Amino acid sequence: MEALSDYSETLPNVTFVQRNLYSCSEGGINEIKNGIKEQNLNRVVVASCTPRTHEPLFRSSCEEAGLNPYLFEMVNIRDQCSWVHMREQEDGTAKAKDLIRMGVAKAALLQPQESITSEVCARALVIGGGIAGMTASTALARRGYEVVLVEKEENLGGMLNHLNKLGPTMIDANDLMEEKIQEIVQHANITVFTQSRVTAVQGFIGKFEADIETQSGVKKIDIGVILMATGGNAFVPEGLYGYDGQRVITQLEMEQLLKNGLDSDIKNVVMIQCVGSRNQERPYCSRICCQTAVKNAILIKDHNPDTRVSIIYRDMQMYGVENEEMFRDSKAKGVRYIHYDPARPPQMESDQVRVYHSLLGREMALPMDLVVLSTPLVAPEDAGITSQILRVPVDENGFFLEGHVKLKPLDFATDGIFLCGSARFPANIRETVAQGLGAASRASIPLSRGSVVVEPIISVLADEDACRGCGLCVALCPYGALEIRHTEKGRKVHVIDVACKGCGVCAATCYQHALTINSYTDQQLEAQIDAFLD
Amino acid sequence: MLDVGRHPNIALLAYSEVEKVDGQAGDFKVTVRRKRRYVDEDKCTGCGACAEKCPTMVPDAFNEGLGSRSAIYSYFAQGIPSTHTIDPDFCRKLNGKKCGICEKVCQADAINFDQEDRIMELTVGAIIIAVGYDVFNPSQIPEYRYREIQNVVTAIEFERLLSASGPTEGHLDRPSDRAVEAEIAGFEKNLKKSKRTLEKLEKKYDEASAQFYNKYQQGQYQDDEDLKKWADRYAAYLTVTKSLDDLKNKAESFSVAKRLAFIQCVGSRDFRFYPFCSGYCCMHSIKEAIIAHEHEPETTSTIFGMDIRAVSKGFEEYKIRGGNHSNITYVRGRVAEITEGPGNNPVVIYEDTQKRQVESQEFDMVILATACAPTKGIVELAKVFGVELDEYNFIRTSPLSPVDTTIPGIFVCGCAESPMDVPESVAQASSAAERAAEIAIPLESEKEKAVA
Repeated sequence: MEALSDYSETLPNVTFVQRNLYSCSEGGINEIKNGIKEQNLNRVVVASCTPRTHEPLFRSSCEEAGLNPYLFEMVNIRDQCSWVHMREQEDGTAKAKDLIRMGVAKAALLQPQESITSEVCARALVIGGGIAGMTASTALARRGYEVVLVEKEENLGGMLNHLNKLGPTMIDANDLMEEKIQEIVQHANITVFTQSRVTAVQGFIGKFEADIETQSGVKKIDIGVILMATGGNAFVPEGLYGYDGQRVITQLEMEQLLKNGLDSDIKNVVMIQCVGSRNQERPYCSRICCQTAVKNAILIKDHNPDTRVSIIYRDMQMYGVENEEMFRDSKAKGVRYIHYDPARPPQMESDQVRVYHSLLGREMALPMDLVVLSTPLVAPEDAGITSQILRVPVDENGFFLEGHVKLKPLDFATDGIFLCGSARFPANIRETVAQGLGAASRASIPLSRGSVVVEPIISVLADEDACRGCGLCVALCPYGALEIRHTEKGRKVHVIDVACKGCGVCAATCYQHALTINSYTDQQLEAQIDAFLD
Repeated sequence: MLDVGRHPNIALLAYSEVEKVDGQAGDFKVTVRRKRRYVDEDKCTGCGACAEKCPTMVPDAFNEGLGSRSAIYSYFAQGIPSTHTIDPDFCRKLNGKKCGICEKVCQADAINFDQEDRIMELTVGAIIIAVGYDVFNPSQIPEYRYREIQNVVTAIEFERLLSASGPTEGHLDRPSDRAVEAEIAGFEKNLKKSKRTLEKLEKKYDEASAQFYNKYQQGQYQDDEDLKKWADRYAAYLTVTKSLDDLKNKAESFSVAKRLAFIQCVGSRDFRFYPFCSGYCCMHSIKEAIIAHEHEPETTSTIFGMDIRAVSKGFEEYKIRGGNHSNITYVRGRVAEITEGPGNNPVVIYEDTQKRQVESQEFDMVILATACAPTKGIVELAKVFGVELDEYNFIRTSPLSPVDTTIPGIFVCGCAESPMDVPESVAQASSAAERAAEIAIPLESEKEKAVA
């Protein structure tokens, strides 16, 4: 650190260097503000952690001290030096010097920018009418916002349509669904489109325009924010453990059997966990299948205590207070648990399941009248299409990827789009309701403000004369932020400020160098490269 | 945290407690006691000059007592607000001794030894309880010998040891080794002092202490009181030097902890304490093992657990990656006992349920993944707010209203409700904010009605 601060003092244009243990602490921030005032600084460079989390803070600190926030540059020596070169300290320090030199070179050329304010349409689009989407919709409606709820199926309710009772309190899924649907239908602020799909979304936070394909044609609706609540599907285990939907069924099919009342001939039930999950193809644990199995096992036992229920498992994922309680309860009711090793999975025989009990160290034969396979929730087949329409990412398992795993679990990286429920990752009823409310809360922030402030680090037509209106940039812009306009000077590109994300594709493409990106101009980047080569 | 401190809509009342709640949803009257810090909140800039000069050092609660801090302190370096506080249990001045150094060095004139608690009345529409949890104290489990065996620590203590800003700057120095090093430092200080005294005497009598002592032992100067004192001093000096050398020899063999054991369900899933699963501890142990391995690639970790519950997004994958790339071995079993072996090495005795064998294994350090215990004051707090608790003393909610307490207008989020990890707590905090906003923010339409 000392080497770096000493080095920084030798750099051109640097008049003041301050070392802080935590630049982001209140003390560190005050040092920066005092530095700006006392030393009359006109550019600030912070070499510390990642701009992803801390740049907004430092920028606003500059602003509070009277410096335009865009005269600030951040050098990420934590991620790019300390972390990745943990074991090459000297080289890491040398690299940090390079990066600081480059940052300073760029900072010298930074220009002040003014942020852009844009209005927010006070209407939310909720995609998916399951418990997550319905919870979010009613929450937003209660807050006084208009909600458009789009559901692809004939009825609202999503997965609730197929469930029997919900653990741990064993509330009736159908009752809950009816209650929620009533709330939705009766609320004047909510417009529901069933058997409908969102087919296109244009625009940006506050000013989206969605095409909704409904039974009565395509409707174009102005939208301020979007909530994704598209849920998940139960994996169908074709070809696994003799799955036939009759004698070998899934937990989801079990829900239906229990709803109808379980056949009293069924005396022996065997459940198998992790069918189609925690394997090479689907490496994730689907979180809710263990609790579903335990819940259904309890319901079978409650229905007929003489029925033998065995659950063949790898790890019983009964996390938390309520699940563990249900797990204990099931054992008290006589549900048997048999641990298997994925290397020696259970074998199906005509009227029994043969399994190597890895804790007893011996093979067992479990008679069966019914085998229930616990399969994971998987992303719906059309998640990929939805992801393209909204330009939001999915993770390696096809679930939607939140903005930050820890800090922004219900936001997408794209402003104005939020997510909740099993669209994000399998979640039980309690978690889904919580996320539905949470996503509504996040979405209500721009709605209640009525306007959003957009980053001015965007594309600008710096050299209008050079632009030939060829439209190459327009075709490539992933955000629909460019258009060709006819001006007195002929065809020229026009940047829609608030839609632009500053990705730079247009500026990199423009062979006339007419477009440039604020705070990433050719001149600034060249200065950085020159500094690197020094 | 900084966002909270800086947001214009947030009034932060740190070091304060709610004493009374009256009223109902939409119109609560809340009485808050702002505890005296002996530091004027409006004046203190958080510069830390006072803490630097404070002569009284006390165990640092933030570092789980593994380091020390001064009697005037901010809880930790990035703490919000950065306002310092005087610890009245340790401050010399507040305990009737002469001091007041902080008062002299404070340029903001913020120290106020006469400060009193202040009572505030707030009118609010809705209340969110987010008081978190306590780390279960594993001393209650006799067979794990926490505090008896120095190198058995809790996961939170281990977190501080792993932290670059922690007491060991991220090196996995073992507590037993750190204790020896502290002893060495004590002896060295002691020696330095007695060396100075001896030098004075040598100067006075113009003779080297060793030479003098040799003669003294042969029977010379026995009746001279002053010289006898010199001899005693020198003898003491030699004893300390010998002990110091022994300790230093011992310390030479010290190295960072490389063989780690993580024990799951310490206090959780245990009928003697908490029957529930604390949810986050499996992942916490895996994370700590991965980071320890990043610091020191020779590190091996064994995680002892009944089920390894890796149930959120990317968790199972993380667990597998830990096994493949970070030398983590997962053993299915509950640890029966920890004993101390040679070299202060803890020995873990357990049944490997998959091998069906009782085994024992020696480690450099053992980390206890302790339960998420309801926070200490929660029973009184529940009384103040009138909310119901569940059988374990978490705040009662229902699956369909996951953040609503039993009192309308009062909501809960995070581990005060039940054990959960960071992403879940963050999501739940938004849920509670939503419910609170529904009550606290009047609708436009109703505002108009009120005006009419």
